[in-house]
Amino acid sequence: QTVTVEVLDHLERLALVDFRDSEGVERLQKAIRFADQLHEVNTDGVEPMDSVLEDRCLYLREDDVTEGNCTNTLLNNAREKVEEYFVAPPGNIPLPKLEERETFLQGS
Amino acid sequence: LAPWVPVVGLEIHAQISSNSKLFSGSQVQFAAPPNSLVSFFDASLPGTLPVLNRRCVEAAVMTGLALNCSINKKSLFDRKHYFYADLPAGYQITQQRVPIAVNGSLSYSLCIDNKMSQMVTKTVRIKQIQLEQDSGKSLHDDTRSQTLVDLNRAGVGLMEVVMEPDMCCGEEAAAAVRELQLILQTLGSSQAVMAEGQLRVDANVSVHHPGEPYGVRTEVKNINSMRFLAKAVDYEIQRQIEELESGGTILNETRAFDSKLGCTVPMRDKEGKQDYRFMPEPNLPPLILYDAKSLPANMNHQQVVNIDWIHERLPDLPRVKRARLVERYGILPEHSFTLLNEDGLSEFFENVVKQTQMKPKKVIGWILQDMLSYLKQHSLPVKESPVSSSRLADLLNLLEKKEISSSAAKQVLAELWKGEGKTPLEIVKEKKLELIQDQKELEQICQAVIDGQENEVIMMVLG
Repeated sequence: QTVTVEVLDHLERLALVDFRDSEGVERLQKAIRFADQLHEVNTDGVEPMDSVLEDRCLYLREDDVTEGNCTNTLLNNAREKVEEYFVAPPGNIPLPKLEERETFLQGS
Repeated sequence: LAPWVPVVGLEIHAQISSNSKLFSGSQVQFAAPPNSLVSFFDASLPGTLPVLNRRCVEAAVMTGLALNCSINKKSLFDRKHYFYADLPAGYQITQQRVPIAVNGSLSYSLCIDNKMSQMVTKTVRIKQIQLEQDSGKSLHDDTRSQTLVDLNRAGVGLMEVVMEPDMCCGEEAAAAVRELQLILQTLGSSQAVMAEGQLRVDANVSVHHPGEPYGVRTEVKNINSMRFLAKAVDYEIQRQIEELESGGTILNETRAFDSKLGCTVPMRDKEGKQDYRFMPEPNLPPLILYDAKSLPANMNHQQVVNIDWIHERLPDLPRVKRARLVERYGILPEHSFTLLNEDGLSEFFENVVKQTQMKPKKVIGWILQDMLSYLKQHSLPVKESPVSSSRLADLLNLLEKKEISSSAAKQVLAELWKGEGKTPLEIVKEKKLELIQDQKELEQICQAVIDGQENEVIMMVLG
């Protein structure tokens, strides 16, 4: 099966990736096919693993203040700042709808 | 017209009372200079990793136990993805699959018909409690069409308490949240001050006809006080009923409560249903908690959170404190509610009782009517009262020994509230408020009165 245009549009909107051209989409398809090989393994009765860290101990830190107080260092990275605030656009600017943006996905 | 059944569920975010943040060592403090309490991890700089704060885990376990939850000995962390300027990582670390505590309950009380004399107890089920990160703060500057972002709050530990839709109106929701607030403050797991954003409530509201399936629900956010919570919920219930009765439909949307207009409005920035693409947090192994039985022998005990140890050290919850006040002092249940509702008032009451011969049932009136109304008039918390518990006890002793009358006692209390440092006895002497006990003196006074009103006396004698 191929990935539908709806799914591709949905992904571009959610993750702000840009598949850019048919080559990008084909790369995605190949990645999915590669991962699908996992389905060939019989996992009946096996508890799913979601982290290779599952047997590790989760380290617990003491509740001490050890960081912070580096406003200038952090703000140095900001393109725009006002007093000591980071500046962002007034709200999320959603990706325009499929019909309204220039993307090769339209042609599909 | 068929009756409507409103259904109200709540999602409450309580900021954990800790020195440092959930996954980093930057400080937790309200109203600090912008971006001064931000570590590299909080700012989501590459190469940083989350490190879990033990105190936050303990706070969540305490809260779970106080709410009769099952504590999950193994819980997991997940990433919830969405874009917003105050969420630098583009995701929030939360516990979506297996939270730290599940299946609890909270009992709360309501006055029927607004009369304090009849209280009824209700229960709301607690679906779960999860640990998660708070986001930073956005300040919207509409004039310059920009948002200013302060990350001081980003990464502060939160306990999200999810209450099942067992409530039916604003009053119930407010009472449940009030009781939760008292419990959190008693435990110390959160200071739960709504005005400082330490306790935030989102309400899920829907209506349906009895016997029919639940209606479409809306989520109401931006509720900043207990008072507004009841208003917002009741407004939304009304709005939905009116909409449905006029043939409209309810959208599954998020609405904000506008406190100035007293209504809910659709929230901006809503781009349809969100897909958060939950995934396990790859940088954190499962959180394992122990109890007395499962405690491993050789583990470094700084690395161990022992549920039983925490359970043994839980303080008395408000419900228990109230029952004890009623039993020990013979006061009414509604009195115990008022005593616990005001910070320090129950301790003040008990201190007065200890120092006076007056019965607690009489003392309570002086506390709840007189003292409390003075405190409210002067907008003072109990700990800043100019009248100490021993001063009040001295006054009540004078009354109890019948050295002054009840109305004289009220006058003395008014004087004491001026905070001039005089003792009750000094005021009584100064204003000559002593009750006259001497029979002869009383006779002389009465005779003088009669002598001075000859005409009236003749009228009375003649009938």
